[in-house]
Amino acid sequence: MKLAYWMYAGPAHIGTLRVASSFKNVHAIMHAPLGDDYFNVMRSMLERERDFTPVTASIVDRYVLARGSQEKVVENITRKNQEQKPDLIVLTPTCTSSILQEDLQNFISRAQGGPEDADILLADVNHYRVNEFQAADRTLEQILRFYVKSNLPKTEKPSANIIGIFTLGFHHQHDCREIFRLLKDLNIQINLIIPEGCAVTDLNKLTQAWINIVPYREIGLMAAKFLEKEFQMPYISTTPMGLVDTASWITKICQKTNCQSNYKKYIDHQTRFVSQAAWFSRSIDCQNLTGKKALVFGDATHAAGITKILVREMGINVSCAGTYCQHDGDWFREQVQGFCDQVLITDDHTRVGNMIAEIEPAAIFGTQMERHVGKRLDIPCGVISAPIHIQNFPLSYRPFLGYEGANQIADLVYNSFTLGMEDHLLEIFGGHDVKTVITKNLSTDQNLIWDPSAIDELQKIPGFVRNRIKRNTEKFARSQKTDLITLEVMYAAKEALAN
Amino acid sequence: MCTETLKFECETGNYHTFCPISCVAWLYQKISDSFFLVIGTKTCGYFLQNALGVMIFAEPRYAMAELEEGDISAQLHDFDELKRLCFQIHQDRNPSVIVWIGTCTTEIIKMDLEGMAPKIEQMIGCPIIVARANGLDYAFTQGEDTVLAAIAHRCPEKKQITAQQDLVLFGSLPNIVAEQLTTELANQGIHVSGWLPEARYEELPELGPGVYVCGVHPFLSRTATTLMRRRKCQLIGAPFPIGPDGTRAWIEKICHVFQIQPQNLEQRENYIWQSLQPYISLIQGRSVFFMGDNLLEICLARFLVRCGMIVYEIGIPYMDKRFQASELKLLEKTCQQMNVPMPRIVEKPDNYNQVQRIRALQPDLVITGLAHSNPLEARGITTKWSVEFTFAQIHGFTNARDILELVTRPLRRNNHLKDLGWSQLVASQT
Repeated sequence: MKLAYWMYAGPAHIGTLRVASSFKNVHAIMHAPLGDDYFNVMRSMLERERDFTPVTASIVDRYVLARGSQEKVVENITRKNQEQKPDLIVLTPTCTSSILQEDLQNFISRAQGGPEDADILLADVNHYRVNEFQAADRTLEQILRFYVKSNLPKTEKPSANIIGIFTLGFHHQHDCREIFRLLKDLNIQINLIIPEGCAVTDLNKLTQAWINIVPYREIGLMAAKFLEKEFQMPYISTTPMGLVDTASWITKICQKTNCQSNYKKYIDHQTRFVSQAAWFSRSIDCQNLTGKKALVFGDATHAAGITKILVREMGINVSCAGTYCQHDGDWFREQVQGFCDQVLITDDHTRVGNMIAEIEPAAIFGTQMERHVGKRLDIPCGVISAPIHIQNFPLSYRPFLGYEGANQIADLVYNSFTLGMEDHLLEIFGGHDVKTVITKNLSTDQNLIWDPSAIDELQKIPGFVRNRIKRNTEKFARSQKTDLITLEVMYAAKEALAN
Repeated sequence: MCTETLKFECETGNYHTFCPISCVAWLYQKISDSFFLVIGTKTCGYFLQNALGVMIFAEPRYAMAELEEGDISAQLHDFDELKRLCFQIHQDRNPSVIVWIGTCTTEIIKMDLEGMAPKIEQMIGCPIIVARANGLDYAFTQGEDTVLAAIAHRCPEKKQITAQQDLVLFGSLPNIVAEQLTTELANQGIHVSGWLPEARYEELPELGPGVYVCGVHPFLSRTATTLMRRRKCQLIGAPFPIGPDGTRAWIEKICHVFQIQPQNLEQRENYIWQSLQPYISLIQGRSVFFMGDNLLEICLARFLVRCGMIVYEIGIPYMDKRFQASELKLLEKTCQQMNVPMPRIVEKPDNYNQVQRIRALQPDLVITGLAHSNPLEARGITTKWSVEFTFAQIHGFTNARDILELVTRPLRRNNHLKDLGWSQLVASQT
């Protein structure tokens, strides 16, 4: 048992449902107790989805516990077949149903109807061993394995499949459009985009493509590896995030497809003149960011990508880069090696919070959780990875990948740091806000008392460093086991820190 | 004059609602010295963190005891594990009570929470209460019912019989609303001797034979049963104080039990109705469909009928005809008075069938959960998110306006956007 307040990656069935409901005309039936269909709310709210989420629960209740759920599951499958005529039904166990240890595969063979009825698959994931991402990766591979049977002749012109565009993914729709644009520029056709909007009946066409592109390594790699092994399709798992990686991504694609166009010229032109990000990094604005401290935390793809951009393309000092994708920790370590002072691989948000409090970076790039830690510590935060809120599903075009993505990231980074010149001027003129003490801190320890004279002194400190000084003083007071902060304590704290 | 009676139906139970563990969200805020420990899996945690949104960031007084593979396969000793976590909570937060919320998983692996709690309670010196608020047995607000029923056992025994008759109200309400209802009764000369729950665990009211109890929420049937059978209290069965009509009927019933002639109630009710007139003119003659997910449906429907609306269907997760008897009677009476057809009451509804009925009936307003709101809106059907009724202040005379504020909001929005010509926003399907 583990005391937990918050988690970065969701339970396994969420991953399976994300895959199933991204396909067209695929219905998922969850074997779950009442209330576990919260996925429908998330999809309807976060994605502002106009259609009913194709997920139904086959409810596990007392009656089912006593009698077994066979009848119910079979009945629900037959019913869905009639009501919605899906191509595929994915029976999705949940953590509750998996401990019932019913033979769901057997129910499926009983429910299997005539040739006009849907195919039925049992999502094969262990709820106590894998998380949302791993389960999604696995389910996607499972569905491909079921439908992709033969190697079709390749398309005449170079073509690619994009694997891993999902519902509820972080800026997936925008990224997909951006990749589409890039490939079009390179004269590479898109064969299939999976799973988003793809019909399972089209999946056999997958093997027509020359290559597979996996933009995010969390979900899609297993499928790509399967296609490579069974059908000798090469895949590219580089993420085209930032100018450098976009360039190497384009190079790899063009080499693997024997692209005739002059891609080197294309990259150079895009980098220097179409995208603004390269020019931004040379402009004097970005100069002010040089050596500023940042902390990056998120899923493996985004955290590694952003870390490399900050360091390599903007000259920012990443004090700590981290990911919650523990199963992919080795890859992450290898990627950010040499780009950051330390690596943090954990799914415990308090460890990340403490790390932020300790480092006190000038900006954080993380998930919604890090954004809230930043709020409490008065450190700005740019959100670069799931888990996310509804505000991270913007209506406007906001890719993270490709050349437009590089522009978006540059804006995000620049706006997250206290604006360069403004910061400079504040430092020179001693700040413009000297009104109130803000009592935000990360500690639950509220019993420190500030002497009025110390409060006065604190007010005199410019606003943008006041909180840091307040925190440091309190930290010092605690270490001295004193709970009254007087002027003396404050000065002693300052001295202690200076040494 | 319409002479039908209410019709009850029961469907498949394939409907969307919140998991009953969501009750920790409002209960930990209400009982300010409590700590709620939800003993469940990642699924429960994921639901809580997403459903409760930003609240999680304010150092909530609740946490998950997340079961891992070792717990499920009994490689770890659950007693030691729970003891360890409760020690830690006790040390870090020092709550006056720890509430264990049992979930589906603890049910299925038959974890003996009720057996372990007293032992651990003794070891750490902090009361531990067990409530089985799981999705196998309950829906959404019924979570509060299980917690309050468990807390009812811990209320101190009534020691001396006072001259005055004791009245304890049960149901968790924001402190300000509880205060408003207490004052309404005080105006009639009725003293409320306590609430279950109070704002602090340590202030729980005394219970015992001779104490009258009355509920303020329609989903508290287990609590009512516990109070009657185990604590020997006398239950006052009344309609619920939601809407001015409900509030008046509620007060009248309590007055009747205490043999008091209610004063100025009719004027007070009429005055409230008058102040609601601008809202009522928006909904008069409109139709409404409750898909059902929080058990407030009967009393809300009754209030809306009284406001002049026509209710097509009242979906409801669970219908306790005994606990809701007065409320159902009032609904029937209201329908007759307003001369509208009786709504069909559908227990354990089937959301898929309901959507088909909604398509056929084209109601002016559908009160439903978030899973269906956006898809229905995209098809030109106006919806109101039902969970808001659980979190908004809707009890008593003063808050009737808030109910109508919620109900009319989508209709007012429609009035603003009506001439734009884009109410149907899905590609036409035949």
